Amino acid sequence: MNWQFFVEVLVSGLLAGIMYSLVALGFVLIYKASGVFNFAQGAMVFFAALTFVSLVERGMNFWIAVVVTLAVMVVVGIAIERLVLRPLVNQPQITLFMATIGLTFVLEGLAQLLWGSQPHGLELGIPDVPIQWLADNANINISQFDVFAGLIAGALVAGLAVFFQTTRIGRALRAVADDHQAALAVGIPLRQIWAIVWAVAGFVALVAGLMWGARNGVQFALTFIALKALPVLILGGFESVAGAIVGGLIIGASEKLAEVYLGPYVGGGIESWFPYVLALAFLLIRPEGLFGERRIERV
Amino acid sequence: MLYREAGQFKTTYAADQQVFPIRQDRIAVAALLVVAFVGVPLFANQYWLSAILTPFLILALATLGLNILTGYAGQLSLGTAAFMAVGAFMAYNFALRLPWMPILVSFMLAGLCAAAVGIVFGLPSLRIKGFYLAVATLACQFFVLWALQRVGWFTNDSASGVITAQKMVILGYTFESPADKYMLTLCVVAVLAVLAKNMLRSETGRKFMAVRDMDIAAEVIGIRMMQTKLLAFGISSFYCGVAGALYAYAYLGTVEPEAFNLDLSFRILFMVIIGGVGSILGSFMGAAFIVLLPIFLNTVAGPIEHLLGITLPSGLMSNLELIVFGALIIFFLIVEPHGLARLWQIGKEKLRLWPFPH
Repeated sequence: MNWQFFVEVLVSGLLAGIMYSLVALGFVLIYKASGVFNFAQGAMVFFAALTFVSLVERGMNFWIAVVVTLAVMVVVGIAIERLVLRPLVNQPQITLFMATIGLTFVLEGLAQLLWGSQPHGLELGIPDVPIQWLADNANINISQFDVFAGLIAGALVAGLAVFFQTTRIGRALRAVADDHQAALAVGIPLRQIWAIVWAVAGFVALVAGLMWGARNGVQFALTFIALKALPVLILGGFESVAGAIVGGLIIGASEKLAEVYLGPYVGGGIESWFPYVLALAFLLIRPEGLFGERRIERV
Repeated sequence: MLYREAGQFKTTYAADQQVFPIRQDRIAVAALLVVAFVGVPLFANQYWLSAILTPFLILALATLGLNILTGYAGQLSLGTAAFMAVGAFMAYNFALRLPWMPILVSFMLAGLCAAAVGIVFGLPSLRIKGFYLAVATLACQFFVLWALQRVGWFTNDSASGVITAQKMVILGYTFESPADKYMLTLCVVAVLAVLAKNMLRSETGRKFMAVRDMDIAAEVIGIRMMQTKLLAFGISSFYCGVAGALYAYAYLGTVEPEAFNLDLSFRILFMVIIGGVGSILGSFMGAAFIVLLPIFLNTVAGPIEHLLGITLPSGLMSNLELIVFGALIIFFLIVEPHGLARLWQIGKEKLRLWPFPH
């Protein structure tokens, strides 16, 4: 076992983890603001990526396509708030969760109905080749694209942090996350806030969709990455943006390392379940995740 | 007028505590059983038996299993299909390695194996709940399917991974025709449904419901959390395991991991939601609804196509199906969170008064 290979695996795992974080971020945003565990986030990623790629393929300029897709995602977000969440206010969380599973089906069906179900390639203009400098000097192969994706994710998190901490809407969002009723009492428009959150989640979904689409092609399998984001979530805690990032890094790195160093002993392909088992083992020690809020329960 | 229990006096405790205390209910259930056991095998054609009724019964059994866990004990699970897969593969192995055993015994043993797996994966439920638990059960889904594909013993080192299920033999009689398979499934489902109904109104069932309604309060009044939750996982997985074995043997005819993917887990969860969380009747209604919906959509699509003079591409149809499916889930959750079973109950209440308004 040479260290270059180890570093390679570790870094590629970390960068893959950032991609998971991107998806997990969408979950966290919505969970924080409305207490809804939005299972449809993966479908939103798929929907956004497919819409974008279809627009570009029909000859639309890259940036115009971004703006149009973003507008579509905002409309989708508002529609979800209006049609799904509003009638379900005050229902138990589990009901809302199941509603978002239904939503997953609708979004997946809708995306393929509108744009067809064949896979698309997506070119962002960043080649997926090793960084020459690192390869020459340290003999480590790390993809340029992965680093780029990492930077984008970092920028997104920083942007969201600023948005949450300093803007008026961001403060309102945090207030809603803390307590719906108290937020309503001080005059924060709950419905508007929810629509905004879903729109922001749509934006995050678009970014994640672009990254993942460029990596693996825009196809139905994209919806499954949402499942990969779930162990990230339970590891990091549902309520924490930082948790989504740290959890993503841990999951990404450990799954790659496990696949490479542990996989051969048990027959390989353990990437599919290793993150879950890791997260599960972790939950047994700390049931609310790394950064999740500790629940106080009363009878 | 017809459905009224006035004048039905109970003179013994046994009469008061029977499963169906109202005479009309008893008659209806008896009639239903007669139709299912006698009428259907006599009059239904092959297509109905093998493509609709058998899968409906099997999925209803799996739904019942999940309903025990989710609806009665309140533990959300997304790993139903994995428990079914365990049942199917263990049934295959029992039938392969102990060929003299009647297949039903294999099914029951396979169910017990699934129960053991369920108990293992139910262990996290002692520490975590809600969404965290739902995600934890996903681990089961992925891990079990992976293990079934990788460990050669389960598939008897089959190269393709798709195994033809053995013939179902009980004491020398081979169940081969669709009607045979239907009858076998029906018997298993009927017996297990009666057992479930009785279990859920016993102490065990009441414990489950106490845990569901508020687990801390249940613990305070002296219900053992570990025992109860693991029992719920075990019983639920047993039902799912038997359903899985039937799914492979009586419906698919093959034993393959791919048949038990996450999609099936979700479908069964939907059956629970649409049928009614925490209702045995609802499990059957939900299964019927989800099994019949695609058939109904296809049947409706035909005349519409004819009417408009167009042919819808098949991809369009499957996507439309997805949308209708998802929309229906949301619709049900909004309009009637307690599902078809609740609608049925409301209907019965209305029927008691009919035709007089008061």
